Amino acid sequence: MSNFFTTSIGKKLVMSLCGLFLAVFLLVHLSINSLLIICDNHTFNVAANFMAKNKLIKVVEIVLFLGLFLHIIYGIWLQIQNWMSRPVGYVKTNHSQTSFFSKYMIHTAIVIFIFLVLHFMDFFLKAKFFKDQMPPEIGGLEDMATAVILKFKMLPYVIIYIVCIFILGFHLFHSFQSAFQTLGLDHKIYTPIIKTAGVIYALIIIIGYSLIPLVVYFTFPNPA
Amino acid sequence: MVTLNSKIPDGPLAEKWSRYKSNCRLVNPANKTKLDIIVVGTGIAGAPAAASLAELGYNVKCFCFQDTPRRAHSVAAQGGINAAKNYKNDGDSDYRLFYDMIKGGDFRSREADVYRCAEVSNQVIDQMTAAGVPFAREYGGLLTTRSFGGVQVSRTFYASGQTGQQCLLGGYTALCRQIHQGKITMYPRREMLELVLVDGKARGIIIRNLITGEIERHSAHAVVLATGGYGTIYYLSTLAINCNASAQYIAFKKGAGWANPCFIQIHPSCIPQLNLYQSKLTLMSESLRNDGRVWVPKQKGDKRHPNDIPEEERDYYLERKYPAYGNLVPRDIGSRAAKEICDDGYGVGDTGLAVYLDFRDAIQAQGKKVIVGKYGNLFDLYEQMAGINSYERPMMIYPAGHYTMGGLWVDYNLMTTIPGLFAIGECNFSIHGANRLGASSLLQGAADGYFVLPVTIGDYLAADIKTPRIPTDIPEFDAAEKTVKQKLEHLISINGKQTATSFHKRLGKIMWDYCGIKRNADGLKKALGLIDDLIKEFWKDVKVSGELNELNPELVKAGRIADFLEVAKLLCSDALNRQESCGAHFRDEYQTPEGEAKRNDAEYKYVSVWEYQGEDNLPVLNKEELKFDFVELKERSYK
Amino acid sequence: MKLTLKIWRQENAKAKGKFETYQLDGVSPEMSFLEMLDYHNEKLILEGTNPVAFDNDCREGICGMCGLYINGRPHGPDEDNTTCQLHMRKFNDGDTIVIEPWRSKAFPVIKDLIVDRTALDKLIIAGGYISADTGSAPEANSIPIPKHKADLSFNANECVGCGACVAVCKNASAMLFVAAKVSHLALLPQGKIEASERVLKMVKEMDKLGFGNCSNTGACEAECPKSVSISNIARLNREYICAGLTHEN
Repeated sequence: MSNFFTTSIGKKLVMSLCGLFLAVFLLVHLSINSLLIICDNHTFNVAANFMAKNKLIKVVEIVLFLGLFLHIIYGIWLQIQNWMSRPVGYVKTNHSQTSFFSKYMIHTAIVIFIFLVLHFMDFFLKAKFFKDQMPPEIGGLEDMATAVILKFKMLPYVIIYIVCIFILGFHLFHSFQSAFQTLGLDHKIYTPIIKTAGVIYALIIIIGYSLIPLVVYFTFPNPA
Repeated sequence: MVTLNSKIPDGPLAEKWSRYKSNCRLVNPANKTKLDIIVVGTGIAGAPAAASLAELGYNVKCFCFQDTPRRAHSVAAQGGINAAKNYKNDGDSDYRLFYDMIKGGDFRSREADVYRCAEVSNQVIDQMTAAGVPFAREYGGLLTTRSFGGVQVSRTFYASGQTGQQCLLGGYTALCRQIHQGKITMYPRREMLELVLVDGKARGIIIRNLITGEIERHSAHAVVLATGGYGTIYYLSTLAINCNASAQYIAFKKGAGWANPCFIQIHPSCIPQLNLYQSKLTLMSESLRNDGRVWVPKQKGDKRHPNDIPEEERDYYLERKYPAYGNLVPRDIGSRAAKEICDDGYGVGDTGLAVYLDFRDAIQAQGKKVIVGKYGNLFDLYEQMAGINSYERPMMIYPAGHYTMGGLWVDYNLMTTIPGLFAIGECNFSIHGANRLGASSLLQGAADGYFVLPVTIGDYLAADIKTPRIPTDIPEFDAAEKTVKQKLEHLISINGKQTATSFHKRLGKIMWDYCGIKRNADGLKKALGLIDDLIKEFWKDVKVSGELNELNPELVKAGRIADFLEVAKLLCSDALNRQESCGAHFRDEYQTPEGEAKRNDAEYKYVSVWEYQGEDNLPVLNKEELKFDFVELKERSYK
Repeated sequence: MKLTLKIWRQENAKAKGKFETYQLDGVSPEMSFLEMLDYHNEKLILEGTNPVAFDNDCREGICGMCGLYINGRPHGPDEDNTTCQLHMRKFNDGDTIVIEPWRSKAFPVIKDLIVDRTALDKLIIAGGYISADTGSAPEANSIPIPKHKADLSFNANECVGCGACVAVCKNASAMLFVAAKVSHLALLPQGKIEASERVLKMVKEMDKLGFGNCSNTGACEAECPKSVSISNIARLNREYICAGLTHEN
């Protein structure tokens, strides 16, 4: 039992559980973000402040970071082993019929990681520790909306953001159903449904997250 | 002259084996751990034998030339495995299976041995099922059977078209379990090159490590050969490329009798030779003949597309000649008929050495879906190999060398004429007589390996419990190793102009032409002359590239072919001696007015056992008269 | 047909290998891929060069001994076949064919195109069997098995042990091989008894032998000559997770 989480399948179990948890988080994050374009700045700020200050959410936040941390560490661990398992490679690149995205999980992961670091620095860390760099509070609420809009009014930022979101989507295209496979949840009827759900999920993430900066950039007035 | 004592136990047929088991000598468990046994070969006989012996407590050393024991050619058996379970309630019994086998073998096998095989057949199925062999089942979850090869009951257990693979994996996993327990030491990629006798008893082998080329010595209290048959003597056969007769020939040279070498079964339905470089004739399961109709054009050399040949211009020759059995005649008859019709110039394909196997009528009558369900994988296989879609045009098939009923002579204990040397499975001659009944090769191998040898070897070893472990630094091993090295060095030193394979091809052609489906005295004499010439040419002009101490496939090949050349002579001599037609051995001179095999029970109701007499002398023929106390000899008729 | 062959040549396990390029004329489309190599070798031998060493045996797609990495795919461009079943009619006149050995840490090269696959045996030796001593078996029909389960078990056990799954996997993982054996036995009541121990032992051995980790790309299933399904891998995961979290020893 103590060794279980260091075996190949044990490690993958950790990867898949963390991954699924992160996938849920992405949906929550998206639903809050979308308040900005669906409702108004104030609603967005209320939600964002709730997420930042609620005690229960803080606990979840710790779990979230732990999950992300494990997902990254285990991912790297597995990947290093995978590279080591073939010291001499083939000269001819492989032409086998496999899902395209599955081949590039580590590469998409690296991009996502860099994006996350930037993203943290821009919003999460600023709001927590560098309040002087944030727009002034409105009625006791952090004005996250203005902070976001300021960013999304910069064209290069929007482009980089959307590219990263697409890469995140690629990561998700494979990972959603892969997580179920790793958990051993395979069934003649349900697996095709899970696969479709995975594709739909990845599309929601890509479209949802890309739409917000586009709408902000093209339709929102510049903040004062 | 050797004395051939078959050591058949007394008593009624059905009680012989149980009487034997009750009375044979035993080795107590503590003593078993002091005894070593060598098993060469890991097929459906070797793997179960090694595992079963190890389970009993013996120390087993197991050898195979493949990279893993799971690849032995038993893996390729398609059809199934017979057992007298009588699950179908169709009147099957041990006796009926026994009778079918002895009749199928054209009354050239020993009653007691055949009966024992039939008797343990049910245990074989039980054992395999327990070991996880996934035989086909009914929807109710019970095992199902099918009928197979010219018998009237349904007794063949199967796993799709891969019964051999599934059964072998059962034996292989049992072997692996004993490796895990430390009772078997496995030596893959090793080729046996010499048998070591100490005081007239088999006590060890000399092998070559095929990776490093090193010569290794291994000793034991007894040696078991499970090295399969020698059908590759025809070069093109249904066997694996590396199947060979060397272990048998080595034993023969050391004094083991070789029984009925000329009894080789030719399988009637194989993918024919399509190009000059072809190395193998893939077997297409006999089950295809259940729905396929065999025909050739009525007109000689008709080059039309088969679908353009109208019904009235087709000769369904099997249905014409054998109205009762039609396309389902036994293998030897089907093979002979195909050869005759092709020899007469009616063959099809570029070579004229093929007949059509047509599913047009079956597809029309039953619908394509049903045919796909029955034979889909076989049709796919055929398309893969021959590039022809058999749903749209007939398959082309032709007979090919398949199974050797002949082999090392063994007594009821499965021991050869060399004390301590046992032969099991296809390697021995024991139960198939002159022709093997379909789906009984897996049965015989497994029966020998699981249930017979583990008992009978104890009877031999009981007298050996005081013999300490055999050392390998004794003069007998030195001498054997020297012989091996000399032969290998000689092969490399010739440095001629022809490859080993080219000799094999030429030998195969001679054997196929003169000692194949049909034989006659003139042809066999001619073949013996041709083989002698070929042997001389081989030792003068063979080219073996590479070195002794490395992985050298050419050296391995050359060594095997050198032995094949000698075995070929033995085969022809035996075929020449047997002046009758029986089973797979058909002599043109001895046939009924209708052209069927004509047995000569008065003069040839014996097992011919050949004994080596040194390099410069011809082998001597010994005879084991066959006694039939329980069955009446009959002429086979499939009209 | 005229072909350009680029073949990996390596004298022995320790030697440093390299690609050699050969021109081969007179290839017939009817030849199997291995017959083409035979033909090439016969020429090399007569020219006084060492022939190319490659593993092969049954030449009918069932023994699993052959296995070449041809133009970027294990067992070449055809579907659901072994190298020996591949025929030259799948290639065109003038083609360049690159032939490499299986590449994996667990499958070291022995010579030229021959690799050492004893790691696969070690996996079975670790526990891929049912402990049923000869003679102890009950009557075969005393344990009925639902047909669909027996069929699934058979399908998993169609694995020929060629190692194409490992060869093609970008992680050189042996999960499909292990999954096939675990599934074959776990689906049968006879094998159920030792199922937990079996899966734990086999996975432990798999990790020890230096195979990579599965990332569910499905390449193994696509290249398996017997189309062993990756749903067996899901079953392996399931069996392992259950066993790993509940096993008492």
